[in-house]
Amino acid sequence: MTRSVIEICAGLATGEFSSVEITQDYLARIALHNPALNCFISVTGELALEQARQADAVRAAGNAGALTGVPIAHKDLFCTDGVRTSCGSRILDNFIAPYDATVIEQFNQGGTVMLGKTNMDEFAMGSSNENSYYGSVANPWNLKHVPGGSSGGSAAAVAAGLAPAATGTDTGGSIRQPAAFCGVTGIKPTYGRVSRYGMIAFASSLDQGGPFARSAEDCALLLQTMAKFDPRDSTSSEQAVPDYSAGLGQGIEGLKIGLPKEYFADGLDSRIAGVIETAIDELRKLGAEIKEISLPNTGLSIPTYYVVAMAECSSNLSRFDGVRFGHRCEKPVDLEDLYKRSRGEGFGAEVKRRILIGTYALSAGYYDAYYLKAQQLRRMIKDDFQSAFDSVDLILGPTTPEVAFEIGAKTDDPVSMYLQDIYTISLNLAGLPGMSLPVGFVDGLPVGMQLIGNYFDEAGLLAAAHSYQQVSDWHLQTPGLTS
Amino acid sequence: MSDWESVIGLEIHAQLATVSKIFSGASTAFGADPNTQACAVDLGMPGVLPVLNREAVSMAIRFGVAIDAQIDRHSVFARKNYFYPDLPKGYQISQFELPIVGKGHISVSPGEGEHKEIGITRAHLEEDAGKSIHDQFPEQSGIDLNRAGTPLLEIVSEPDMRSAKEAVAYARKIHSLVRYLEICDGNMQEGSFRCDANVSVRRKGEQELGTRAELKNINSFRFLERAINFEIERQVDLIEDGGRVVQETRLYDAERDETRSMRSKEEANDYRYFPDPDLLPVTVSDEDIAQIRAGLPELPEQKKQRYIDELKLSDYNAELLTGNRDTALFFEATLAESPELSAQLVNWILGDLAGALNKAGLEISDSPIKPAMLTQLVARIADNTISGKIAKEVFDAMWQGEGSADDVIEARGLKQITDSGAIETLIDEVIAANPEQVEQFRAGKEKVLGFFVGQVMKQSQGKANPGQVNAILRDKLK
Repeated sequence: MTRSVIEICAGLATGEFSSVEITQDYLARIALHNPALNCFISVTGELALEQARQADAVRAAGNAGALTGVPIAHKDLFCTDGVRTSCGSRILDNFIAPYDATVIEQFNQGGTVMLGKTNMDEFAMGSSNENSYYGSVANPWNLKHVPGGSSGGSAAAVAAGLAPAATGTDTGGSIRQPAAFCGVTGIKPTYGRVSRYGMIAFASSLDQGGPFARSAEDCALLLQTMAKFDPRDSTSSEQAVPDYSAGLGQGIEGLKIGLPKEYFADGLDSRIAGVIETAIDELRKLGAEIKEISLPNTGLSIPTYYVVAMAECSSNLSRFDGVRFGHRCEKPVDLEDLYKRSRGEGFGAEVKRRILIGTYALSAGYYDAYYLKAQQLRRMIKDDFQSAFDSVDLILGPTTPEVAFEIGAKTDDPVSMYLQDIYTISLNLAGLPGMSLPVGFVDGLPVGMQLIGNYFDEAGLLAAAHSYQQVSDWHLQTPGLTS
Repeated sequence: MSDWESVIGLEIHAQLATVSKIFSGASTAFGADPNTQACAVDLGMPGVLPVLNREAVSMAIRFGVAIDAQIDRHSVFARKNYFYPDLPKGYQISQFELPIVGKGHISVSPGEGEHKEIGITRAHLEEDAGKSIHDQFPEQSGIDLNRAGTPLLEIVSEPDMRSAKEAVAYARKIHSLVRYLEICDGNMQEGSFRCDANVSVRRKGEQELGTRAELKNINSFRFLERAINFEIERQVDLIEDGGRVVQETRLYDAERDETRSMRSKEEANDYRYFPDPDLLPVTVSDEDIAQIRAGLPELPEQKKQRYIDELKLSDYNAELLTGNRDTALFFEATLAESPELSAQLVNWILGDLAGALNKAGLEISDSPIKPAMLTQLVARIADNTISGKIAKEVFDAMWQGEGSADDVIEARGLKQITDSGAIETLIDEVIAANPEQVEQFRAGKEKVLGFFVGQVMKQSQGKANPGQVNAILRDKLK
């Protein structure tokens, strides 16, 4: 069960198998492996089979689209009409979304089959998936290790072959870092490329949805369905969406790729550096022109991010108050008690930590020193990239400073956990697209390489990744799960 | 008291008359069943996003242009964070640092012949909250989110007013203006137009402002005046007794006619304003503003000047007529067919009609006497069909619903007698019956003429043309 989306599309088109059959296969595999991996918060088997039957009917009627009948898993942060949407939190454990997110609507219109909702760090806050109310997810390459986060369930599900593709969201690296840790391909598009409507917000100015799959080729197909202007999201872009699959073959000959020296400095595991160097050599052989560049404000990205993201989340999470939906404490004595206990019981430790920090950063007397300062730094970080893209077409580096660490290794050290996002976070601050693809292993655990593109150059990223995947097979490796 | 000066500023919330809400497509109509006009966005469901209703922006610009204010080409929506059950998202989307309408001003008339310029600090767009209902469920409060997301324009004045009378004149002027602009229905009972007053006092001649109290829960102009006057007196008494005014929010209680402390500054929220990342800054182009300016209706000041210049009305009458858009529209409707009767029409509108409306507690838009009916009545006086005195009777009958002026005149047989033969007969009778008075008149007692006129009118049941009666009498008594 390591079929790519492209292979499933081909199999469905030739009639090798039906959508119902392939869906049953995936549901069986989920039943077998999910107890150990914990990739899914909800498995929606009946709904999946119903959607698969419809897809088969659509295909029989000759109306199949590119993804009709393809099974997919959705991060449990996208609202799905009539299906529990927990966001990995106790506070939404009982929340049945009354509407579909735009991304879900687009996949439904495309005829895909939803296998279930994947596990994640609570409200997408985390880099290890250990912050989920539903428990940690195991990395399929080594069950003692984390899959990364926050979209850890989606990445692990694709790596383990529990789904051929999955959606994720990325606020500071939440698609790219778990993609790297699990050895799959994932892309975070330009801010505004994919609608945020129905995506439960963590940090509104940074959140962006994107796909996980086994290859750049698959990601191109999925992103085609996700990327669209949405009038319901004021930050959605009206920029035309190119044909990503058609652009895959453009090659990388003559492409100028910049290596930010700050991404290869202290803090990077030297073995990862070595793996990345080997991948760079491959790209050089393919005709890319490699040069060193500098992103001097890289070191400021983590403090900047943690002020901006926490300030926004402290406000975004105010609506979870026990009044209209979600967890409400037993027998509140008054309004304040209702708020305090519902939120106190409903939110986990990391979420509370971030709400408190964000509330502090926005408070009277601190706003200028924290929030405003962070906005200034954000502009500087963005300017770094802008000047870099004056001389290069793409930027390349490691996705993470380390490979997947052991479950529990960093839970008592939030700062060390936050440093996991050092290479990914600045893209969110700048709003740039980035992707991670597997380029090797360290200690039997996958290493991810990050490609960073200019605004709305998802096509360029996918094409470069595809070129590399044409001459490498890291993305075809699968973890040795029993059966 | 005379040693003291009060300083007053108003914050007015005007609900904008858009069809749908400021950030969602739900209807803004008043009075629907609870929570039937609240969509997922208004309910603050997880994942939903606001999308700005540009109509609300246009309305705010209309207001800004009308008060000669600077319109910000780039304004920003911010989140005002606080927890309350009728505030679904836990924050209100408002404008903080960069409001759409900047400094402006408006001229008000607190009394006959008085004029004062009041500064307007800013006007910004924001969403309204829902309503908490505390009296329908035992031990629980209900929440109705129909109003949540209704667009508001918050109009903040400078502390330029020095008395409750001036504050009311300003509030009435703004009320009139937003209705002229058709951006707010001005209904104070339904909460479409709400006034909060910031009140402080200081000794005359002092430059520093005193500590202010913010008065809330005022839902009529009458209460606005009473609340401010109560508060001025309270603060003066407090200071004269050696006390100190504290900065606080006070609720006006109309039943007891007093203000009561609601919360002090120390208990006030830190709203943690920051730009709303879900909304882009609002940009307005010069063309947008020019287009809106070109589409503005005639504003009260312009109307008033036109009445003075073209219709030769007095400043006072012109002010009264234009103070309320509906009154001006009524006046102009009556004028349409008989512009030469403007002076008489003004007297009827500001006199008998205003009196009758006031007595019945009706707005002019609900008047049982429509403009065309009043025009006809005045025309019938002018063409001598009826006398001014009979006209009052016709007016009362029209008010009671007996039809148009002509209907009433016909049905009640009120048509004036202008046949000089008939009048002569009446006069002859009166002269014959009063020989004594005839002698007096002939002896030079001119005043007796009035007695004869009265007698003839009485005999004719008021229907004889008074002018003719006068002339024929003089002739016959010679």
